[in-house]
Amino acid sequence: MMKKEKTSSLKSNRLIKNSLVHTLLAVLSAVWVFPIFWVVLTSFRAEKGSYMTTFLPKAYTLDNYIKLFTDKAVLNFPRMFMNTLIIACFSCLISSFFVLSVAYCMSRLRFKIRKSLMNVAMILGLFPGFMSMVAVYYILKGLGLSEGSMIRVALILVYSAGAGMTFYVAKGFFDTVPKALDEAAFLDGATKWQVFTKITIPLSKPIIVYTVLTAFIAPWIDFIFARVICRASAEYYTVSLGLWRMLEKEYIDNWYTAFAAGAVCISIPIAILFVFMQRFYVDGMSGSVKG
Amino acid sequence: MNTQNADTKKKKELTGFETPYTLKNAIVKGDIFTKLSIVIMGFGNIVRKQVIKGLLFLGMQIAYLFYMLTTGFHALSMLPSLGGKVQEEVWNEAKGIYEYTSGDNSLLILLYGVITLFLTLFFILFWITSIKSGYQAECLKKEGKQVNTFFGDIADLFNKNLHRLLLTSPIIGILTFTILPLLFMISMAFTNYSKEGEHLVLFDWVGLENFRKILSFSDSIGQEFWSVLGWTLVWAFFATFLNYFLGMILAIIINRKDTKFKSFWRFCFVLSIAVPQFVSLLVTRTMLQPKGAVNVLLMNAGIIDTAIPFFTSVLGARITVIIINLWVGIPFTMLQVTGILQNIPSELYEAAKVDGANSFVTFFKITLPYMLFITTPYLITTFTGNINNFNVIFLLSTGHPTPVGATAGKTDLLVTWLYKLTIDKQYFNIGAVVGVMTFVVLAIVSLITYRNTGSYKNEEEFS
Repeated sequence: MMKKEKTSSLKSNRLIKNSLVHTLLAVLSAVWVFPIFWVVLTSFRAEKGSYMTTFLPKAYTLDNYIKLFTDKAVLNFPRMFMNTLIIACFSCLISSFFVLSVAYCMSRLRFKIRKSLMNVAMILGLFPGFMSMVAVYYILKGLGLSEGSMIRVALILVYSAGAGMTFYVAKGFFDTVPKALDEAAFLDGATKWQVFTKITIPLSKPIIVYTVLTAFIAPWIDFIFARVICRASAEYYTVSLGLWRMLEKEYIDNWYTAFAAGAVCISIPIAILFVFMQRFYVDGMSGSVKG
Repeated sequence: MNTQNADTKKKKELTGFETPYTLKNAIVKGDIFTKLSIVIMGFGNIVRKQVIKGLLFLGMQIAYLFYMLTTGFHALSMLPSLGGKVQEEVWNEAKGIYEYTSGDNSLLILLYGVITLFLTLFFILFWITSIKSGYQAECLKKEGKQVNTFFGDIADLFNKNLHRLLLTSPIIGILTFTILPLLFMISMAFTNYSKEGEHLVLFDWVGLENFRKILSFSDSIGQEFWSVLGWTLVWAFFATFLNYFLGMILAIIINRKDTKFKSFWRFCFVLSIAVPQFVSLLVTRTMLQPKGAVNVLLMNAGIIDTAIPFFTSVLGARITVIIINLWVGIPFTMLQVTGILQNIPSELYEAAKVDGANSFVTFFKITLPYMLFITTPYLITTFTGNINNFNVIFLLSTGHPTPVGATAGKTDLLVTWLYKLTIDKQYFNIGAVVGVMTFVVLAIVSLITYRNTGSYKNEEEFS
């Protein structure tokens, strides 16, 4: 009798606890999703301007999206989109190659300056990334890359040149690829290059996907470097720079809802890529060969 | 001699990467051809039939000398003074117009000077390599071994020297776009390159003057520095630890056995990371303006009478950025710790349950110590990341509210202040000093802790 009562009180206790937890999670998720929901809502709003008096729009429209892709007079969104796409593709190729090469060297090859290079990379990582931005701009100017269509080349270089320093995650992954595989291949007379391209790379799909996607996303979300390098050359603006401009004082009244539409257009593909990438990131963290 | 040489070679190879082909040995023991390659690079290689390699060395030397003679020496000679010739207007009688004489540009002089020093350093390294390579060829020939042909060298690049092949281009990238600009900026910290006093075209070395200014409590810039530094540390502390604990608690709640729809909850939180920061933060900023959505809606609902000063009062702005950073950071922590949480041995929890421990006790006695043990390196990177957290501050408050006449706002971090000083105010020298000081702060915090963590010391433990 006593025992029964106790289990039932435990049960109700648990019920209360569970419902509390789920309510808490529901409230928190609402808080986290709210700004995203708000952007989507704003992108369909018919009234212009950034200030509103009601939570829900008074009328819904697709005009914001149409304006975004057709009103090319001041802020040419389609061109910004193409600029970013080109830059992202190239810098993604270069920086993935850099990251994977450096990570492989640091993980698998043993040479004299390995440890010192790793320490240097760590020390360089401590300097604020854009401390040298002004200097980078002058170096690009000296190389003749600061004017006209060369701005694209400049941005590709800026996004990919330093990539070699961010090898830590990939190195951690390569560390988990069993060394016995390499040794077996060496016995069969394989060169180190063959081991790298024929064994390590095919076994490292998760981390490669992760590296490639991170590199691809970077130009879409950075606007600090783009801002310093593009300066006034509006025809080479990237998407993030364009969206940032839409919120400046002279444009915000006309462009706020179009900004929301642009934000939605950019965020959806990035969000899909990110969620996709997340799976590979988690796989990459847990190593190559499952126990 | 030969056997002894081979012996030392063997002994040394056991200890690590040392070879008998050092610069000292080459100069002391090398024959006349090797010694000649000190002056004519690649000579030793050419004599030993490594013609292409030797010619490549020689070509490098010629290219360097050509550079030095045409621009290098001039650039170096200008470096100490940074130039002083002012651009002048000269009346041209014949044409009847004013003409401008070309003046010096200290910035370009500094840049070319740094580049020349950089190239010289590389040339010296290259020169050492070429001498060693000549000596190696000599020794191999003496020992009757085969001297590598050019194609043999290329083949080595794919095998024995794969690291050279793979690392060359990434390192060149880092050198030109990270290290060179960094050195250039650091050297600016010792000049008076600033809008203040009209030193934008011509400037001079001033030694440690800028550092003295920044570190002194009496100078106005110095006072700003200390207050920005204080806030940066407070911010980094709260941003790191609040995110860490709350994110961990969230992950634990989602991971509970009885929680339903685990992946749905996770998806809701991950969504906020997936949206680019500049979108979510800019939207939040517009929503929190005095006349923004949040204030208007709350006022319409009759909950408040006057607008909440999210960004206009000092304390309000500081609390706002920390809280919004929670919105940004908690999902990250949740993602990072979920995997680790699942790895905590369940026996520990079962034992605790048998002993009658409640969830608070298990959290503080088991979960937290275990997590702290595993995630110390992660915590350090997050802390340094937060000191350098440009995005959140710049996109949300832009550092405001700013007192009248000050260069730094009350929510400015060292990095955003650095940005304002260089890009907006053009106080390049002070900006460079702030950058160096940020580095010093970060280095002190992380080097000590990082070097003491197990994952750095026992890198080879699992291989």
